[in-house]
Amino acid sequence: MPLLGYIRTMFYFSVPLGKLVRRASRLRGGGSAFPGLVVEKIDPGFMRRTLSSLPHGVAVVSGTNGKTTTTKMVVELLESQGLKVFTNRTGSNFTRGVAAALLGEVDWRGRLDADVAVLELDEAHAVHFVNSVPPRYCLLLNVLRDQLDRFGEIDKTAQLLQHIAAKTTGTVVLNREDPRVARIADTLTGQDVAYFGLDDSLLDTFPNDDDMRAAPGSPAPAGLPEKPAADVVLRKVGADSADFEYDGGTVTTGMKLRGVYNIFNAAAALTLARSICGGGAATADHATLLEALSQVEPAFGRGESLTVDGQPLDLVLVKNPSGFRLGLKSFPAGGYATMIAINDNYADGRDMSWLWDVEFDSLREGGVDQVTGSRAYDMALRLQYDEVPVGGVETEIAPALAAFIREAQGKPKRIFCTYTAMLAIRRELSKITTVEVVS
Amino acid sequence: MSQAGANPAGESPESKGTLRVVQLYPRDMNIYGDWGNALVLQQRLHWHGYTPELLEYNVGDPFPEDVDIIVGGGGQDSGQLVIQDDLQARAATLKDLAEDGAPMLVICGLYQLFGHFFKTRTGAVIPGIGVLDVETHGTDERLIGNVKVATSEFGEVLGYENHSGQTTLGSGVRPLGTVPKGTGNNSSDGHEGARYRNIVASYLHGSLLPKNPAIADFLIRTAAERKFGTFEPGQPDDRFAQLAREHAARRPR
Repeated sequence: MPLLGYIRTMFYFSVPLGKLVRRASRLRGGGSAFPGLVVEKIDPGFMRRTLSSLPHGVAVVSGTNGKTTTTKMVVELLESQGLKVFTNRTGSNFTRGVAAALLGEVDWRGRLDADVAVLELDEAHAVHFVNSVPPRYCLLLNVLRDQLDRFGEIDKTAQLLQHIAAKTTGTVVLNREDPRVARIADTLTGQDVAYFGLDDSLLDTFPNDDDMRAAPGSPAPAGLPEKPAADVVLRKVGADSADFEYDGGTVTTGMKLRGVYNIFNAAAALTLARSICGGGAATADHATLLEALSQVEPAFGRGESLTVDGQPLDLVLVKNPSGFRLGLKSFPAGGYATMIAINDNYADGRDMSWLWDVEFDSLREGGVDQVTGSRAYDMALRLQYDEVPVGGVETEIAPALAAFIREAQGKPKRIFCTYTAMLAIRRELSKITTVEVVS
Repeated sequence: MSQAGANPAGESPESKGTLRVVQLYPRDMNIYGDWGNALVLQQRLHWHGYTPELLEYNVGDPFPEDVDIIVGGGGQDSGQLVIQDDLQARAATLKDLAEDGAPMLVICGLYQLFGHFFKTRTGAVIPGIGVLDVETHGTDERLIGNVKVATSEFGEVLGYENHSGQTTLGSGVRPLGTVPKGTGNNSSDGHEGARYRNIVASYLHGSLLPKNPAIADFLIRTAAERKFGTFEPGQPDDRFAQLAREHAARRPR
């Protein structure tokens, strides 16, 4: 067969082939992104062709913290408005993961039955993605220190987000309270900008990396000279409710999500959903939007609660200093048995320096019952310097988890864990309790 | 539950004396957990029976008197620009302290700026303060990963490097050690860090001091000897540090 014909045939068969690989790798129990890699190699235009046909286009959600939960919220908000949404639900937030997720949804001829795609993308991969598929919307959450061993510096991460915004053709949704994100607006030409914001009274619950070690009263780095008006502002957070302000009024809605930072991300999701639905009271149906928002459950490992021995067991994902500090602040230690699981696999980040940018004083009184993970002794050492008593230290997760559950019987439990430690813990827990399977 | 090695904070009547630790530019130069180094000095001073006094020095502050130990960390390029003028204004003070034998720990960004200059990839020259006889050139290559350093003074030193500036040493300093694992100062000579008088300069984060208590105790000992003439060590509990070192040494690059 002449070469050209061979390539044409490959293109013609790329979608069925990818679907077959996807099915085969699922049977094998293998990684979620591999079939995406196969299609990407054979047919690089597959994603652009498939996604560009959607009537409401593509929305990209990126930033350091909160992508998964926020994406989940945006999807549920849009579905409440009757839209059919395609998303990369597996949490495989790399371009290949998107291609793999697409393969699961398209028919055998490569057509996608959806109105809009909402995609969670890791900052660096988002840059690749938007170069091949310019999104109509993007939502940029925050720039915090995370896996600097991958991206180098926080200012570089901000540049990645700026690139995503520059490639966006319609509306760019920005966090008004994160100076590095808010300043992206100054670099844009032609795009619409919508902000989500926070009431001044809630600002101090969001320490940023810049004032982490700043002396009290020292000035924060220059943000925007004057705060622009935000499309949606989070005004107040109650025990199981929150107040949002938009269109000149404030509404109170019940919330299943816990943690102030999750609820701030709800303001972000609301802003993006309003942009996609056409904004303003006229187009989006706010009663159903708020109803959907109040029903959103936390995403995989993001403050999710399981039941073990009739007691709640919370899994709190921690992957950078801001996330860990927010986790400690949002989920007070009182009455809970605590375990910390720190791995240093590639997906967790290899550098342990970040543990030294988290203060563990809040755990001093109750202590930490078990410390585990490949860097358990780094964590135990960190706790020693904050004078936090440590029960047991065991690098292997399975025996540490068993000891934790055995010794903390009758108490509610909380585990702070890095990403791969969380996967291992869920695997162990699924042997003794029902753990939601994320497909 | 056991509480390993912790002493209650605060002044005690049995204190062997107060030692003042100054953290340089924590606001602009603290990106990779360098605060951990200051915390370790503070706690180990307690554990050795001294009273620590931890001060922060930021751009524009009056420079503290009677400094016993100085620690400084790494920053992003933007942080280095912010502190540049202020650091030049403090150059004479820092040089005098260094020559007088004050112990100092400078990591990454401040290691570079304690040298003669940092020449960026685009050719711009950021002047250093010349306390250390070293120079640094920006490159496109980022040196990232776990590092093991073999040193004659402190045994094996463990940490994590993440830098694109490459530093070469002049004859006025000696290297902290050689690198069996990792890159260190630059991608050619196999050296990591620099030693001059009581200054320890290094690219290693981790933070450096928690898993390398020998370096922390060197800084404390030289500070005590400089101020009081003698150092009487306490007995810090380093079991977790020892185990953390053993596990860190086995982790991949």
